[in-house]
Amino acid sequence: MRALRRDRGFLVGAAIALLMILVAATAPLLAAAAGQDYTTYHDNLLDSARGGVPLGRLGGISGDHWLGLEPGTGRDLFARVVYGAQVSLGVAVGATILEVLIGLLVGTAAGLGGRWADGILTRLVDLVLALPILVIAISLLAIVPQDWPRPLLLATVIAVLGWGGTARITRGETLTLRTRDYVAAARLSGAGWFRIARREILPGLTAPVLTYAALLLPTNMVVEAGLSFLGVGVRPPTPSWGQMLSTATTWFRADPMYVIIPGGLLFLTLLSFVLVANGLRRALDPRQSEVLR
Amino acid sequence: MIGYLARRLGGAVLVLFGLSLLLYGLFYLAPSDPAVLTCGKGCTPERLAEVRHAMGVDDPVFTQYRHFLEGIVAGRDYPAGPNTRHCPAPCLGYSFETDQPVTALLADRLPVSASLAFGAEVLSLVAGIGAGLLAGLRRYRWLDRVVNGLVLAGYAVPVFLVGLLLLLLFCVQLQWLPFPTYVPLTTDPLAWAQNLLLPWVALAVIQTAAYARLTRAGIQETLAEDHIRTARAYGLPESRIVRRRALRGALLPLVTLTAIDLAAIMTSAVLTETMFGLPGVGQLLVGAVNQIDLPVVVGVTLLTGLLIVIANAVADLLYAAVDPRVELR
Repeated sequence: MRALRRDRGFLVGAAIALLMILVAATAPLLAAAAGQDYTTYHDNLLDSARGGVPLGRLGGISGDHWLGLEPGTGRDLFARVVYGAQVSLGVAVGATILEVLIGLLVGTAAGLGGRWADGILTRLVDLVLALPILVIAISLLAIVPQDWPRPLLLATVIAVLGWGGTARITRGETLTLRTRDYVAAARLSGAGWFRIARREILPGLTAPVLTYAALLLPTNMVVEAGLSFLGVGVRPPTPSWGQMLSTATTWFRADPMYVIIPGGLLFLTLLSFVLVANGLRRALDPRQSEVLR
Repeated sequence: MIGYLARRLGGAVLVLFGLSLLLYGLFYLAPSDPAVLTCGKGCTPERLAEVRHAMGVDDPVFTQYRHFLEGIVAGRDYPAGPNTRHCPAPCLGYSFETDQPVTALLADRLPVSASLAFGAEVLSLVAGIGAGLLAGLRRYRWLDRVVNGLVLAGYAVPVFLVGLLLLLLFCVQLQWLPFPTYVPLTTDPLAWAQNLLLPWVALAVIQTAAYARLTRAGIQETLAEDHIRTARAYGLPESRIVRRRALRGALLPLVTLTAIDLAAIMTSAVLTETMFGLPGVGQLLVGAVNQIDLPVVVGVTLLTGLLIVIANAVADLLYAAVDPRVELR
């Protein structure tokens, strides 16, 4: 803990990350405070002679529209960006939690199970790790019905394809933990496998799994942004940063601010989470003090 | 060695088998009927049945899948009106959308993705090893910091964001480079490289940081070893020590990483190609997915799966080749 308090990168990262989480959590309030919502078109503020680029400097930034307008539609960018934070962070956090749950389950089962269970589960993990995640996720997301709840679906798909790493780490740690004397003592006093897993193994897994999960979170955010960028993410009009950047590919010549605002926020958020993950790793896992693995 | 290769091959076939089965199952469960899309508006039930038969989607899913597997191994015949048309051995079927053989489509698009992946890999290897070497020798402290920062940033920035910013800077603001369009290497090598430069850089940023970090760590680790001290005591010139001894040890992990990364780049090229509008395999996939073009989706997925499996095997073999301590099991 003391090491974390002295880690400047961690502190800055944690501050920005917390701010972003706050923004995502209070998106409706923030949009209301700005007096805007993310669906209303403001055609009158667009320059129709230039194909719908916002009027005014810097993408139409004004007292009414704090971050300007979306080119083409004139929707308020501030409202879209804060709601976009909700999607990006929500999906990434959801996917990470699911991945950790699946990974812990499979990893401890493999580590504590017999040779057969371990063999089969390890094969399964290898298979999952070898999957071309992005390619399969695109196919999956394109064929499920459009009216299913999209963010939930995104989180599930990312998690189902991405739990391999957590499972591998969990298995490895479990294999070393199970040889400890206190585990043997628990077994001798008649504890069942489930009780051993929960009471003896799980506490020992906290540090390695937590550090790994902290790094998974920004990775999942990148995946979500990528999927939204490719058009298989959340459905319009729900905004997400990746989806905005995808629209921006056709507008960046006329309206660079439309790239810079969602892109900058995405980068800042990702960077802050990576800094947090890096700080956690250094504090909790002193064996590997090297930057990121 | 032979046994190892056989086991590896068996595993690879199993992975690809599982992948194709997964996709077939999913598309079969999918609510949209590709035949309806192909048949178009004003489709009569008789015509629809004909189309379904021609596309081979009127059979139960397991029969379809069996036909698909047979097609890969031995080729297969498709009903086309009164005649049949033959699709030779590694047959992945015909695109529902364009009616071209999937293998031809893939062969058409692969050079683009390969150009992208190779260029980016070469660029990141050169830049990464160079920066890592300088940082590792502690010649430039600031470089060490830059590498560290890049590693963190590289982990955090998605390819398409780098791509967008590069386009914004070099094509719009400075106007130094044209907007990327693919020119085949054989047509005009200079135009090929010029057009692919930005996509290469966008892809390379992240890898460069990773390679630089690895090289730096490797160099520092090897320089601390006993045999280096011995070499210094013998009075060998420092440049020779670095080149012949330290670098060699430091680059070992890079060998395997390169093979794996090449395949990874090909997969993540979905984003780069879409971003820059390059007609590669990734773009083919995105288009096919939106049109529910099952044969193309399965074809692309199998191809990327195959590439990853091959890359992993090559990485293992290379590792055993460069490091005599490693034994293949």
